[in-house]
Amino acid sequence: MKYLLSLAVRSAWNRKLTLGLTLMSVALSVALLIGVERVRQDAQDSFAQSVSGTDLVVGARTSPVQLMLYAVFHIGDATNNIHWQTCKDIAANPLVAWTIPVSMGDSHHGFPVVGTTTDYFAHFHYGEAEPLTFRGGKPFAGLFDAVIGAEVADHLGYRIGDKITLSHGTGDIGLTEHADKPFTVTGILARSGTPVDRAVHVSLEAIEAIHLDWQGGAKIPGFSIPAEYASKFDLTPKEVTAILVGLKNRASVFKMQRAVNEYPAEPLLAVLPGVALDQLWQVVGVAERALLAVSGMVVVVGLCGLIAVILASLNERRRELAILRSVGARPMDIFLLLSAEGLFITLSGTLIGMALLTALTATFAPIIQSHYGLMIAPRFISPDEFGLLGIVVGVSLLASLAPGYGAYKLSLADGLTPRI
Amino acid sequence: MTNHVIRIDNLAFRYPDADNVCLDIRELHAEAGDRIFIYGPSGSGKSTLLGLLGGVLTPERGTISLLGHELTTMTPSARDRLRADHIGFVFQQFNLIPYLSVTDNVLLSCRFSARRHSCAVASGTTLHDEATRLLDHLDIASELRHRPVTQLSVGQQQRVAAARALIGRPEIVIADEPTSALDAERQIAFLELLSRECIAANATLLFVSHDRRLASGFNREIALPSLNRAQIAQEVA
Ligand SMILES: Nc1ncnc2c1ncn2[C@@H]1O[C@H](COP(=O)(O)OP(=O)(O)OP(=O)(O)O)[C@@H](O)[C@H]1O
Ligand SMILES: [Mg+2]
Repeated sequence: MKYLLSLAVRSAWNRKLTLGLTLMSVALSVALLIGVERVRQDAQDSFAQSVSGTDLVVGARTSPVQLMLYAVFHIGDATNNIHWQTCKDIAANPLVAWTIPVSMGDSHHGFPVVGTTTDYFAHFHYGEAEPLTFRGGKPFAGLFDAVIGAEVADHLGYRIGDKITLSHGTGDIGLTEHADKPFTVTGILARSGTPVDRAVHVSLEAIEAIHLDWQGGAKIPGFSIPAEYASKFDLTPKEVTAILVGLKNRASVFKMQRAVNEYPAEPLLAVLPGVALDQLWQVVGVAERALLAVSGMVVVVGLCGLIAVILASLNERRRELAILRSVGARPMDIFLLLSAEGLFITLSGTLIGMALLTALTATFAPIIQSHYGLMIAPRFISPDEFGLLGIVVGVSLLASLAPGYGAYKLSLADGLTPRI
Repeated sequence: MTNHVIRIDNLAFRYPDADNVCLDIRELHAEAGDRIFIYGPSGSGKSTLLGLLGGVLTPERGTISLLGHELTTMTPSARDRLRADHIGFVFQQFNLIPYLSVTDNVLLSCRFSARRHSCAVASGTTLHDEATRLLDHLDIASELRHRPVTQLSVGQQQRVAAARALIGRPEIVIADEPTSALDAERQIAFLELLSRECIAANATLLFVSHDRRLASGFNREIALPSLNRAQIAQEVA
């Protein structure tokens, strides 16, 4: 048995070029499979942790998924806003520890503008309860101060002290600029891998101020209030888009949710972010699963190539097998010899693939993190990945039986005199 | 019962998908130390006979016994064991496994048979020394032993194959046209070497060829067509 294995290895070594290439194709397909699975997993995790520590997201009545889309991901527009009085009522609820009102609708070069309060920087958490941190600068203090996300800063090349102007509405083209009221970048947030990276944060008062001379979504013709006079007006917000709510005690979340949903003055919706994020993932996750399926097929193709190579070499090896038969190898030994080769190649291909992936992750994780905000943690093989690798090895074991069986039949038919 | 090394009685064999019986032999007996030359034209069933003796083909009828073991009543894997333990083979060509060294090719017989392994080291030598001794006897110069076997000439390959057939003192050595790729001079030289080593090991040698000129030096000579009743029947028909 041991000798058979050493024969298998030496025979494989004799055909090292062909087998080496198949080994690489197995290794690459395994690396791809596990790589895609890791990206998928990390994308899902970072998605699920786009917001954490927030117990409820409150907005005007709509679908939970839509509320999450605009309140957390800043995608799409709210059909209705909620009144400032409602905000104050919710903040005053004895169950509530903190609230972060957010007001959306403006943009800057396609990046969403979020009007909020400085509580945002104190209470907004993501990931495993990680707070937002500043890469540079500080929260907004003045009326026309802005704090930008890392993606905004990197993409547009902004630094602290730069002046920016906001556009009315969302999108990238055909928007009217609030050119008369420029903002100063006072802070840049560190990358979090969440939608925060793509947002420009200003105070709620600033949102009011830039719309002082606006009405119904358009600038009032011939009427303009210069920036330096804006602070003379009452800038108390009249409406906000949504409120992120933190509770004193998480256990009261359903009680609070009911209270919000039954708020008498206007129709509101309160959603638990975790639940809504899961629902959202059901939608976007389809793409990820398709990707995984594709890389699964790549593995199958890699294994088919392996089997094809072994089967093709079978004819050349008929003499070798006949010699082994003549010195007493049983058909079973021949079967094992050939199957061992396939298994040996998939096992080492799998190991090399994992090593390759680890090396690639270690090399490129920082780049991916800074470019895409996707944190790919270097890690040991997870149970899920073990499952995938187990399937790969299991399938390859089954597939290796094919050449083994072919050789078995051949050596029974050939006996001691191989016929070509 | 008997001291026959090989005993074939009333044997008939047909390939699974063939219409005609390929071999039909009433009797073929060989004793220890016999050196038998079997000749017959191409297609007369020489290789088939050796396959039957090696236990990789099973007869339709009749009995084959080797060293008192009745092949037809044995399981396939017991026949494989018997072959590994008691028979050394040399084939027409391509006898060596390309990725093994000369010595490893010789030692292959001992890897699959514990009996031949222990016989090879019985005289107190190591396996390696025994292989070296046989290779010396078969005129394989020591510098050749470190070369890849694919770089050996055909005659040298055949001698290495003979060393593999002889190591561990099997009782039976079967050679299937091992000289057909050699020139006349080397054919004779190879045959002499093989005979000498079989005599030294007291092995029964069964040598098949279509070339009757090689028969000198054997102590028995059998024409397969005259032994094989199937052939006669076919020719008559
Ligand atoms: N696997 C097989 N299936 C069917 N018929 C076979 C098979 N192998 C050989 N035969 C037939 O059996 C007969 C004997 O073949 P065998 O190989 O024993 O001849 P041989 O005497 O060794 O010939 P050669 O001198 O050319 O090697 C031939 O007619 C051949 O066609
Ligand atoms: Mg033949």
